[in-house]
Amino acid sequence: MANTQATHASRRILLPVRNGFIVFTFLAAMVANLIPFGRLPGIPDWVALTLAFWCIHQPLKVGMATAFVLGLAMDVADASVMGQHSLAYVLLAYAATGLSRRILWFPLSQQALHIWPLFFAMQLVMMIARMIGGADFPGILWFLSSMSSALLWHPVTYLLLTPQFQSADKDVHRPI
Amino acid sequence: MSVVGHSPPPFFKRGPAPLAQLFFFLTLSISLLVIDLRFQTLEWARLAVATVAWPLQRAAFLPIDAAGGIGDYFSRLSSVQNENEILRSRQLASANLLLRQDHLEQENKRLRALLEMRERQPVDGRIADVLYAARDPFARRVIIDKGSQQGIVAGQAVVDELGVIGQVVRVFPLTSEVSLLTDKEQVIPVQVQRNGLRAVLAGAGAGTMELRFLAANAEVKEGDILVTSGLDGVYLPGLPVARIGKIDRDNSYAFARITCEPIAGVERHGLVLVLGSRTALPPRPEELAGASQKSGKTTRVVKRRR
Repeated sequence: MANTQATHASRRILLPVRNGFIVFTFLAAMVANLIPFGRLPGIPDWVALTLAFWCIHQPLKVGMATAFVLGLAMDVADASVMGQHSLAYVLLAYAATGLSRRILWFPLSQQALHIWPLFFAMQLVMMIARMIGGADFPGILWFLSSMSSALLWHPVTYLLLTPQFQSADKDVHRPI
Repeated sequence: MSVVGHSPPPFFKRGPAPLAQLFFFLTLSISLLVIDLRFQTLEWARLAVATVAWPLQRAAFLPIDAAGGIGDYFSRLSSVQNENEILRSRQLASANLLLRQDHLEQENKRLRALLEMRERQPVDGRIADVLYAARDPFARRVIIDKGSQQGIVAGQAVVDELGVIGQVVRVFPLTSEVSLLTDKEQVIPVQVQRNGLRAVLAGAGAGTMELRFLAANAEVKEGDILVTSGLDGVYLPGLPVARIGKIDRDNSYAFARITCEPIAGVERHGLVLVLGSRTALPPRPEELAGASQKSGKTTRVVKRRR
């Protein structure tokens, strides 16, 4: 039972999410993305991961508008071309909100398998957009980033759902 | 707190249909892309967002700074002493040149005055620290810790102790972006130090550069040193840029394929010197309409500024 809490198949009732927490996680993901690793391959895109998570779990609250704003912020932070991340993130948000009703019925490992093609397509979109603009091919290792993001789906789900696991009124006889 | 806890979810007011939203935001993003790539008119927006995001950026540095601090703490005394020794001997070796530089500069000035040539502009510079490489995997850029507050302007040349590493392309209040020589969009006019042959050097990605538009029988050799020619009005003449690595003279093409390696530590990080802007060159002479069309290729080698 313990490892199915994050899916619809679980019988556990989650608390409603707090809007402040969503904003906080996005800010934290931005900071994590700003950590200067240089050209180390396989660094996950934390903002894309958090965005996909909230699009799947809270499609009514987080959607393409959020994705667009986050994308613009990442464009500036990355010193890339304006619109590159926002284009990719908007497509990711569209796919994730569309998948959200289906994906949550699967166990977490299969959810990650659903998520990985989305991240990969996101990187492809970015690459095509930039290479049309005349940029260099970034190397095959750059695509490791989508893989590492998908591998992090399991821990990130638990991390981001933790506040919702706590019960509203603490009652030892009725633990939900 | 009520038993139910919260209001029912707004099932029936979800805003515009997802496809409409997608279409709207895609159009917006693509137009932003086109505007930024083609016209480069979005710098003000970038500046505003970057200024707001500055505290976040500082916060993101904390783990790296801490790691660096711990590394420094544990670096052994002997290695520091060793480095000190090497630096001292290197300083002594270059002292000879430095001591005579003043004298030579004076002499050069007098000789130039005698020959009635324009005086060379003296160099001034500002030392900056390379903070990190930009995360954008499609371009070769680094961020330095000096910005418009310290008087940096876009277009200034950046050198390290060995030679040119790039050019400032974008300035924020406290940081600026330097496009490295190996970036695909970075072009620098050079000349071969041995015989003064002028050419254009462009980045080729992956840490190499390419000498463009030299005829297949051009007089260059492997190992030749390329220095800036100063024709662009951006770089001072005579700064070392690159060493010619491999020459591929294929007669089926009009031009030779010449790959070069940078002399300076372009892909390394450390202290760099941002050189002051050069005074403007005298305006170009007017050209006849026909002549300008014919020589259009050769007059357009001026560095593209962003």
